[in-house]
Amino acid sequence: MQAAIQATIDFLKLYWAPLVCGVVIVAVLPLIVGYVVLVERKLMADMQARLGPMRVGPHGLLQPIADAVKLLIKEDIIPEDADKLVFWLAPVFSVGAALLAIGGLAFGPAFQIGVNLNIGLLFVVGISALGIFGIVLGGWASNSHYSLMGALRSAAQLVSYETAAGMALVSGLLLAGTLNIKSIVEAQASAGVWFGFLAPVAFFTYLVASIAETNRAPFDLPEAESELVAGYMTEFSGFRWSLYFLAEYTNMIVVASVATTLFLGGWLRPFAGTHWFTLKGLNGLDLLDLLPPLLILAVAAYCILRVPRQPTRVQQVFMLVVAGLCFVVALVLVGPVLLSALKPAMAEAVKPFYAGIHGGFWFIFKVSAYIYFFMWLRFTIPRYRFDQLMRLGWHFLIPLSIINVLLVGLSLIVGSYYHLQGWALLLATTPAAILGLVAALIILGIEQKNRARQEAVAVPDFYAG
Amino acid sequence: MLDSVIFYFFASIAVGSAALMVTRRNAVHSAIFLITTLLATAGIFLQLRAEFLFIVQIILYVGGIMVLFIFVIMLVNLDVALHQIKFARQKWVALIVALALSAQVGLMFWSSGKGGGQIWPGRNAAPANRLPPNAEAVAKSLFDAYLLPFEIASVLLLVAMIGAVVMAKKRA
Repeated sequence: MQAAIQATIDFLKLYWAPLVCGVVIVAVLPLIVGYVVLVERKLMADMQARLGPMRVGPHGLLQPIADAVKLLIKEDIIPEDADKLVFWLAPVFSVGAALLAIGGLAFGPAFQIGVNLNIGLLFVVGISALGIFGIVLGGWASNSHYSLMGALRSAAQLVSYETAAGMALVSGLLLAGTLNIKSIVEAQASAGVWFGFLAPVAFFTYLVASIAETNRAPFDLPEAESELVAGYMTEFSGFRWSLYFLAEYTNMIVVASVATTLFLGGWLRPFAGTHWFTLKGLNGLDLLDLLPPLLILAVAAYCILRVPRQPTRVQQVFMLVVAGLCFVVALVLVGPVLLSALKPAMAEAVKPFYAGIHGGFWFIFKVSAYIYFFMWLRFTIPRYRFDQLMRLGWHFLIPLSIINVLLVGLSLIVGSYYHLQGWALLLATTPAAILGLVAALIILGIEQKNRARQEAVAVPDFYAG
Repeated sequence: MLDSVIFYFFASIAVGSAALMVTRRNAVHSAIFLITTLLATAGIFLQLRAEFLFIVQIILYVGGIMVLFIFVIMLVNLDVALHQIKFARQKWVALIVALALSAQVGLMFWSSGKGGGQIWPGRNAAPANRLPPNAEAVAKSLFDAYLLPFEIASVLLLVAMIGAVVMAKKRA
């Protein structure tokens, strides 16, 4: 007994930080997801010249909470002929995989749950791919044709696009030379250039494949409402349905974080690790560190400017509160910069905070930009047909990503032959990227010819719905 | 202490769900228990500090092969499969194979007991937390010491893949 208690204490001593972080993520993520959904609705409304949710709270800001309450108190329906156990298990599996994948990510130099995981990126990608079981099993267990069709489509789609995404990640990993997430970002810091610039074709491939993997429009065939009601989620309601929703948006955050880490420099600010305008030992590019506080201050100023135009007293006060919060955040962001600039003696002590706070800002900023791009695509491009989706995956993205791995590898060999490093490596990788573009065009040309031939002998595709 | 707790936890899950996998009537339930077995095996890899094998097991077997398994199970007509008596014709073959396997495992236990708990002395010399990073170690042995077998295996897979494509083309 004594030994067991001692072992537990030792275990907690070692792992209390990851445990606390895990609990925080599980607790906070639903809230974040709720607000991502709100942003998406507002964005959609803006692009369609509407206002979007306006009723609950100022500008609909409390809408996610109202939605969550609604979903939680809804009746939990399990269809009569459903496979009860699997029906119960499926959404949990989806959410579990998505949340576990978050554990491998690093949101800043200091904030990572699976600290220094040697297989970091593989872990995140592999675990998040397990979420597919939730979808497939849920669709099967509902005992409904729409659900089964959605599940089948989802499985086919994920298996097809995982190859392309994996090959794109391989191109990025060739540049990084490691799977460890922290080391990947550090490699980009020491190179002074984000890998997205060195391997733009891989970044593009990953972008498209990640949209397909998260079942987002224009590739949201598994839940195409005009064909399949709601696909695999048709029979789910209330809490279970919201679990699927949570898993989907968590997966979006995961793929956005993976892309940010590998291609967009993780938590590095733009031009990190370069020293171009140095003056008396000070790096001129460090002025870029003033960008985050200025950005937040701009938001605060906008809020204050809008105060007189708010119709009710409550909304005016609310705007002021938001502005005040922005001021506080800006202060937190600018604090370490000023301290380390004005008092060089303090610089060393402030450094971890400096890196942590600014790293967190840039990481969240990039992830948000990536997710914003997802939403933008959703409201811009109409949905694909299922055979078009499969053709795009197998006939275009997979060949392109395989060719790109070869090209990036070749360009790295050329680069190391001429001892190119950092920005100079662009000399070797840009021709490779252009060759990749040419390859893409050639593949498209072949594809066009093939399609003309195939359409002459069209076979009905029964997954197409 | 913690290591053995984790090992027995994963091992019992693996063995238990393997048994459930064989005994379930419903093919999808069997597939779910196979997934559990594979995940638990991955957990044992992780407990042995073989994190690369852990994630490869998950990506390949669970994320790849099992998705295809379930995909195929859903496509075939389950009602017919449920009414058939499964594996009845293989009873005697299965018995012989099972006996052979248990003899093999028993032999391993016996020989490891004789060698003082170590089948290959020297292999277990390095403490687990001072092993080289697993991904690098696997890569080094695959592309250095065992390059030829590795390439032969990949050519074999390529042949299988091309064969599948050719067969699919013929039918269309």
